[in-house]
Amino acid sequence: MTIDSRFLPRPDAGALLHMTLDGAPITARAGDTLAAAILAASGDASRHSTMGTPRTAYCMMGVCFDCLIEVDGQPNTQACMVAARDGMVLARQNGARGLRKLSSTPAQSNADG
Amino acid sequence: MVLRSSEITIIGGGIVGLSTALGLLQAGLRVTVLNGADGDFRASQGNFGLIWLQGKGADFAPYAAWTREAVARWPEFARALQELSGVDLALQQSGGFEFFTDPDEFTAFAQSLAQQQAHLGPRFSHEMIDGDTLRRLHPEIGPEVVGASFCPLDGHVNPLRLLTALQRAFVTLGGEIRTGAQVVEIAQAQGGGFDLRLKDGTHLGAPRAVLCAGLGSSTLAAQLGFATRVSPQRGELLITEKLGPRLGFLSSTIRQVDEGGLQIGGTKANVGPDDRETLSEINALARHAVTVLPALADVRVVRAWGALRVMTPDGYPVYARSPQHPGAYLVTCHSGVTLASLHASLLADWIEDSAAAPDLEAFDDHRFALSAAA
Amino acid sequence: MVDVDLIIIGAGPAGMAAAATSAQGGARVLMLDEQPQAGGQIYRNLGAETPPPAYLGASYAAGKPLLAGLRTAGITGEFNATVWRIDSDAGMPRVLWSRGGTSHAGQAPHVLLAGGAQERPTPFEGWTLPGVMPAGAAQILMKTAQLLPRDAVLAGSGPLLYLIAAQLIDAGAPPQALVETQTPAMMTRAMRHLPRVLLALPELAKGLALIRKITAAGIPRYTSAAGFHASMRTDGRLDFSFTAKGRAHTLCTPILLTHQGVIPSTHISRAAGIAHAWNPAQQAIAPVTDRWGGSDVEGLHIAGDGAGIGGAEAARAAGELAALDILRRLGRIDKNTRDRQAKAPRRALTRAMAIRPFLDAAYAPPPEILAPDGETIVCRCEEITAAEIRQSLEGGATGPRGVKTATRAGMGPCQGRMCDLTLRGILENCGAAPALPRARTPIKPVALGELAALAPHRKTKA
Repeated sequence: MTIDSRFLPRPDAGALLHMTLDGAPITARAGDTLAAAILAASGDASRHSTMGTPRTAYCMMGVCFDCLIEVDGQPNTQACMVAARDGMVLARQNGARGLRKLSSTPAQSNADG
Repeated sequence: MVLRSSEITIIGGGIVGLSTALGLLQAGLRVTVLNGADGDFRASQGNFGLIWLQGKGADFAPYAAWTREAVARWPEFARALQELSGVDLALQQSGGFEFFTDPDEFTAFAQSLAQQQAHLGPRFSHEMIDGDTLRRLHPEIGPEVVGASFCPLDGHVNPLRLLTALQRAFVTLGGEIRTGAQVVEIAQAQGGGFDLRLKDGTHLGAPRAVLCAGLGSSTLAAQLGFATRVSPQRGELLITEKLGPRLGFLSSTIRQVDEGGLQIGGTKANVGPDDRETLSEINALARHAVTVLPALADVRVVRAWGALRVMTPDGYPVYARSPQHPGAYLVTCHSGVTLASLHASLLADWIEDSAAAPDLEAFDDHRFALSAAA
Repeated sequence: MVDVDLIIIGAGPAGMAAAATSAQGGARVLMLDEQPQAGGQIYRNLGAETPPPAYLGASYAAGKPLLAGLRTAGITGEFNATVWRIDSDAGMPRVLWSRGGTSHAGQAPHVLLAGGAQERPTPFEGWTLPGVMPAGAAQILMKTAQLLPRDAVLAGSGPLLYLIAAQLIDAGAPPQALVETQTPAMMTRAMRHLPRVLLALPELAKGLALIRKITAAGIPRYTSAAGFHASMRTDGRLDFSFTAKGRAHTLCTPILLTHQGVIPSTHISRAAGIAHAWNPAQQAIAPVTDRWGGSDVEGLHIAGDGAGIGGAEAARAAGELAALDILRRLGRIDKNTRDRQAKAPRRALTRAMAIRPFLDAAYAPPPEILAPDGETIVCRCEEITAAEIRQSLEGGATGPRGVKTATRAGMGPCQGRMCDLTLRGILENCGAAPALPRARTPIKPVALGELAALAPHRKTKA
């Protein structure tokens, strides 16, 4: 089911950033957080909780953790705290996050910042 | 409202107090539990939930045997408790690992377990597994792990739900829990029994009293003539965000709670009544977790906390009757979760001194009498 | 080795003012903020290259001088930096923050907490549905992404609701309706504060102008509203039901924006070990500070809404006051200089705070929001209902810890930010004497690999 965005279409702002959300193209404007881009695109849930209830970005300031999505393979990322970038691969989460494969996650993967 | 006088009063509403109370209630006594304040140090609300045998009592055969019996009684205890309370305890007893990154510690622990094996004979079994064999069984284990011990009898439970289940079962069966009842003084009452003075100034009478107050026990124990002085030992823990996939194993330092998060723990520090979490231990626990399971590197820690273990001077439980004050008992231990199955059963026989009473002489408090007198 | 005198956490009005004042006084300042640029939530994105949309109005543009003040020499800003712990090491405050997947530790003799506020959680049945959002969150989307909510219903109470309604009218996206929980009794109670409000006539006049604008635009206003309930239609729109003056109404809207004022963000100050107290007038937990923002923990000051809600002007003044006190403690100015320079900000603070008691009383959150019952979700993370929390109290829990361990309320990733106060409201409602909930570190989730990579030895970095 696809629900229209709950926000008005934005006036044309020139260059757009191109990302995908669950494989479908989604655009953002420079300066958008991922949460803003998703809310501009769709009124659907951006995740389902571990109990299966629909949620989407809520507080927009990093407090509530309802906007968690998978960003370039990294689950439970706060969409309202990350700026949109060209080429990002976004995925809605259903239930609790998964664990990366051993081979793709060396222990130092977070140390290079 | 008719106040029903209780026959025995349990001072302490944590896991030890409530399991003891439940056993006495089921033995037919009228039991009241006095629970302290919300902000008290409560091991029952901060612990790791292990039902653990390996390593317990390697140096003290009675403790090895007592723990073995507790582990054996857990499945039936959990079944009955779940039925009474309607609370799922998430009990799992399918074996547990202890992981080692230091070869010397691995060797030393092997000796400990051999000793425990000697104490328990066929009632115990364990394996020492070298790192490479371990990684063939569990390829997700990191290369720095030099080995692990495995005991098929070890397990875990959801400790917070155990506490809730004990509360519900006890109340369902007619027990009384008085909340906010902090006992500050206990004395022999004229005409028998005990007079308990509460922090709010009120007094309660108790024909008999069992002291299960964890870290609150020391002062009261002295008033009853017991020699045992318990002291706090801080353990720090981490809990991560929930994971969908299940860890394929349980260990003494990393376990997946049934809700999905990983609990990481096992630190020990004698720092007095301070349950704050520290940066150095948060760092050490995180290093341990990613050393054992490198795939956890991107899993987020939601919260760290410290909790205080209740330690007797030698680390073993104390089950003692007061010689000077008949009707007063001291029950204190570190492993309140593991031993809950016994506290809710055999301990009632011991308190009641029935024919089925176990011999708990080895756990008497007179073992500390000399040092206390010195 | 210490190379800064002051670490400021939060680049909102309080933090920005403190940074400028302290740097002008010769202090070397490191400023940390979670957002990509300074401004805080009130002036969020004001520093963007493109000029802000006109509909955000003069009160938004008023933050420009504060942003300009950050150009003072001696201020280093580190943005996208999430502070997750404050402790002390070798007697000096230490701050741990995460940035780009790496954690850093920094030490300074003084740390100013200027973390600001968050919106008060507004629980009612259906508040977790997509399409329900805090009004302030929608305003953040207006500021940062020029996103305007479509045919919104604004529901709740407080001046921000009127401001956002007016901004939406000016933006050509007027809300469908305002549903206000304010009752005549609240306004009556607020009237006793009127004499003090006279000090804040311009503020009051601004508020009245907003209400006139809403009326002139023909936006229906429902007052004395209660019994909020939202459910979702198959097309995603929400049916928002409530009663107003005793009559039942249902409005259909794609987006329901709720608001019941703001509360101090106290996880950081509580986790740092600072003493806190309950502020009954603001119905919120706030740190205990002296008149300079000093706390009972050596080296830690707090300024701005994080110390108690006062708004942007008050925060700016409090930031300056804290900075002056820190400069004195650093030995850069003497007590007399501090007190002399404090006169102007002290007057500004008094002026800005004059309207507060009136606002707190007039727009107090209703009891059903403070202490909901039934199937209303209280803890959004763990999805714990008010009924479950009340049941835990019947089962013997007597305080926040007992409730938390019995229900898991507050154990999720938001760490109680969305339920601490509601839990407290329910405890109070059930006759328990609610203790202040404890906050533990990391106050925001941090990856195990990142925590593991922290240097085991002490490290100063700034």
